[in-house]
Amino acid sequence: MLEKKLIQNIRSVKKTEQDIVTQDEIQVKPGMNERIRRLREESVSTPATLSIERALIETSFYRKNEGKYSTPMMRAMNFMEICEKKYIYIGKDELIVGERGEKPKSVSTFPELTCHSVEDLKVLNTREQQRYLICEEDIETYKREVIPYWTGRSQRERIFSRVPEEWKVAYEAGLFTEFMEQRAPGHTCLDGKIYRKGMLDFKKEIEDSINKLDYFNDPKATDKEEQLRAMSLSCDALIRLGERHAEKSEELARHEDNPQRKEELLQIAKVCRRVPAHAPRNFMEAIQMYWFVHLGVITELNGWDAFNPGHFDQHLSPFYEEDLKAGRLTREEAKELISCFWIKVNNQPAPPKVGVTASESGTYNDFTNINIGGVKPDGSDGVNEVSYIMLEVIEELHILQPGSSVHISSVTPNRFLHSAIKVIRRGYGYPSIFNPDIYIQEMLRSGKSLEDAREGGCSGCIEVGAFGKEAYLLTGYLNVPKILEVTLFNGVNPVTGKKVGIETGDPRNFSTYEELYEAFHKQLRYVIDLKIRVNQYIDKMYARYFPATFLSVITDDCIKKGLDYYNEGPRYNTTYIQCTGLGTITDSLSALKKQVFSDKTITMDHLLKAISANFDGYEVLRQRIINNTPFFGNDDAKADDIAVKVYNDLFDLIDGRPNGKEGGKYHMNMLSTTCHNYFGNVMGATPDGRLAGKAISDGTSPAHGADTHGPTAVIRSLGKLDQVKSGGTLLNMRFLPDLLRSDESIAKLGSLIRSYFSLGGHHIQFNIVDNATLLAARKNPEEYRDLMVRVAGYSDYFNDLHDNLKQEIIDRTENEAF
Amino acid sequence: MPFLFDIKRYSINDGPGVRITVFFKGCPLSCRWCHNPESISFKSEKLYNRSKCIGCGSCVAVCSENALILTTSGEIITDFSRCILCGKCTEVCPTKAVEMSGRDYTENELMDLIMRETHIIDNSGGGVTFSGGEPLMHPKELKNLLILCGKAGIHSAVDTSGHVKSSILEDILPHTDLFLYDLKLMNSERHRKWTGVNNELILMNLRLISDKGKDYQIRMPLIEGVNCNEENIRETLTFLCGLKNRPSAVGLLPYHNIALKKFEKLGRNYHEEGMKKPSDNKVNLIKNLFEQHGFKVNIGG
Repeated sequence: MLEKKLIQNIRSVKKTEQDIVTQDEIQVKPGMNERIRRLREESVSTPATLSIERALIETSFYRKNEGKYSTPMMRAMNFMEICEKKYIYIGKDELIVGERGEKPKSVSTFPELTCHSVEDLKVLNTREQQRYLICEEDIETYKREVIPYWTGRSQRERIFSRVPEEWKVAYEAGLFTEFMEQRAPGHTCLDGKIYRKGMLDFKKEIEDSINKLDYFNDPKATDKEEQLRAMSLSCDALIRLGERHAEKSEELARHEDNPQRKEELLQIAKVCRRVPAHAPRNFMEAIQMYWFVHLGVITELNGWDAFNPGHFDQHLSPFYEEDLKAGRLTREEAKELISCFWIKVNNQPAPPKVGVTASESGTYNDFTNINIGGVKPDGSDGVNEVSYIMLEVIEELHILQPGSSVHISSVTPNRFLHSAIKVIRRGYGYPSIFNPDIYIQEMLRSGKSLEDAREGGCSGCIEVGAFGKEAYLLTGYLNVPKILEVTLFNGVNPVTGKKVGIETGDPRNFSTYEELYEAFHKQLRYVIDLKIRVNQYIDKMYARYFPATFLSVITDDCIKKGLDYYNEGPRYNTTYIQCTGLGTITDSLSALKKQVFSDKTITMDHLLKAISANFDGYEVLRQRIINNTPFFGNDDAKADDIAVKVYNDLFDLIDGRPNGKEGGKYHMNMLSTTCHNYFGNVMGATPDGRLAGKAISDGTSPAHGADTHGPTAVIRSLGKLDQVKSGGTLLNMRFLPDLLRSDESIAKLGSLIRSYFSLGGHHIQFNIVDNATLLAARKNPEEYRDLMVRVAGYSDYFNDLHDNLKQEIIDRTENEAF
Repeated sequence: MPFLFDIKRYSINDGPGVRITVFFKGCPLSCRWCHNPESISFKSEKLYNRSKCIGCGSCVAVCSENALILTTSGEIITDFSRCILCGKCTEVCPTKAVEMSGRDYTENELMDLIMRETHIIDNSGGGVTFSGGEPLMHPKELKNLLILCGKAGIHSAVDTSGHVKSSILEDILPHTDLFLYDLKLMNSERHRKWTGVNNELILMNLRLISDKGKDYQIRMPLIEGVNCNEENIRETLTFLCGLKNRPSAVGLLPYHNIALKKFEKLGRNYHEEGMKKPSDNKVNLIKNLFEQHGFKVNIGG
């Protein structure tokens, strides 16, 4: 019904003859015009490449100026140097302009944080998955110009030279990961301020803040002045970037023969003369404004999870309505501009890591997650026409980035939810679905004001934050099942035989389950303490050496405080630890409790032998465990109570601990992205019957195959966790496509989502695929290049996944009820 | 106590909204196409899933009747003349390759399960569906459950073949919100041939429900070779049009042989001769015919 309406809508606004497409085409790809088709094709078919331009500009700048200026000033001048000297790319069909590299899909390197070796570059150029092409000549240049300077100076080397040995041992064993060892702390989103203020307005605010400095009483006043002057210079840098795009456009227009394109180029130039220096006045300027700011953030540093416009539909809606009313814009043109923006994000693959294991989280996805729908700061329904246009764009473009999520509050109309499910039904793996009613509570609990909480949402995968006002740094994943494994071997990593934890007793001497749990709890506390201790240090290293002077301009209250984004500047300062494997840890503890301590079907010694042997020769035992143990996700209190206990203990051990910043605290979230795969890889077999090397459970989802009572049992199990205490949980569900064929079944899935949310769920996402397709795709990757799947919190191309990740998706429980 | 062979949560094809479907065991009909062959017998039955069996022999070791044989290819063969259905083998089977179908549930146990679904039931306008087998073959248990559901404000549907004494139907009728009523064949002889019983009682009971003004939906399997011919469709339409109150919907259920695996698990042969899946064209044609007569039609539910 809605689709039909949308098509009619599109038809009614169609103006030019060339835009008229046949009805068949409309049904397949409603509205994607020739320009968007070409831009999309270019974006999808262009391979990712490495651009050494940024590194060269930066290295030459540092060579010349090292030691001459304060750190914030160095960073801002460096940013200015890049904006001033980088190549300006304007593609021939583009309406929204600007690339981080020299062309689409070209990724800068950040040697000041982590410097790729020649070997790294060669591997990146040739490896099977997530390849980044780079030519011999560039590798030579890098070797000659970049590597010698940064060797010994990069942030990564600085960090690793100082971390304690016990941390390194635990890190190498895979007890946790560390986000900030290769990329700057990221995970941030923007609120609506850049649609009201231009860079010149920010400069004025900065000037005011400098004028208010109290040099007589504030011991930090001089530092603050340096920081503020650097922030002001960063505004100039972004303005310069805009001007250079205007200049380039004007130049291209002079040489353009096609009168239509000439006019477009002049229009682009006009927009770039306006933004980012001034606040945008119309729809096109608003999108271009955001895009310049986005480029600024991801050029300055390589923050984890890129950057994110937050509630983009809500920000764009006033411009859309006004332009439409004034007759300056049609719905079709608005959609075209949004499509251009979407493709821009897809043109920015994530910066590749060094060391090139790629196992931890190997993907091109840089986690820009557009929030659609949700609530406005006054609590009313945030869905508007732009929300629906975005859903259409997502459905038509079908590209990896940006990720998208729909936010379904109790005030959100069902017609929006159902429109989103129709996109989900396509099987792209997105949008994912969030519950503002719960995440607003999460933010209130962690100290945000009501308005700030409502203007917040989710970035990256599932983590919440107050958009535009919070630094919420993700520090890395915690491998909770591995901590139990180490407990079972009294502090030793059974995979390597190396001691990685503390001695908590030989479990063969434990006579009760409670004794075992106590030992696990001790081990957990030790590992979390170890992680936090080093996090504090790394945090300080960023505050000291890598102030993000541009990001600070657009994050409240850095200007007012005169402090950097990494140095207590934001209104809220949160540090997250992401706990993974709730399903696997619950099932393992449940198996130990039932089989060893309650029913006594086996001894601890027997079980330890079995898992040490990877159940080889113990298949009957393994089957008995799998089929006769209460597992998480079945609405069975015997298992769910264990999950709740572990969840609450993680919360108690992490939440509220000071993070070294004024008022800043640690919080827990329950996310794994693809890390459950790496974590499974570094583990032996587990007491729940999981074999060595197999993935552990993702997010807060049940372990694969453990949930056998259908989706309502799963949501009830998950509903038992007090999710408001977290900074986000994650639930993956996989449905077969033919089970969502009718409109009624869409409404029914909608009611499943509503039910989960009324039980307190934070997030849910669906994989709508069938095994035959996946198996076929594994066999013939070339024929399925655009096949996308959802893997724990983001989307990726199936063929870019590791083999075991592919297998995992095939294995994941199918919900037969559909 | 209700004797059930299955309970299915998140059921989306058994009445309005999302439902929990409760399957009673035992049925007076034995339709050749039955996709729940384990629902026919009123007794417990043993199911054996060859593909789950790892041939460990645990079951053979505990069988007191020596009814089980482990073949050299790792398959378990049950001598049903010896098997007393004690269920010991199902308890020791590590992979659940052997399972008992059918067990008693207490009313409390069942109501607890139903009440767990209240969120989805309320959000979707769903409820509970009593199916089978033939739920009306368990009139006392069914009535109690219907009353309990009514008290709890849970919408109830009874999925029935209609082949029961009219007095039983009349007794549960006031406590039921909706009937899902199976209509298979209009010709009584042919009905007997394919389902084992004549259809006079079934048609009479359908009239009864209609006369009382009760909400009901017709469910009609479409099986090429059995009931898709023009004559049967015409007669069905004539019958339905002649009823005092029409069904609120007609569900057309195209035949499938999804039950093949279940027959295998029961150690029985599936006689598919003479039955075929109707073509999509045929299904649409029949759908159109019903719609032309003013019926609301769903395919597959």
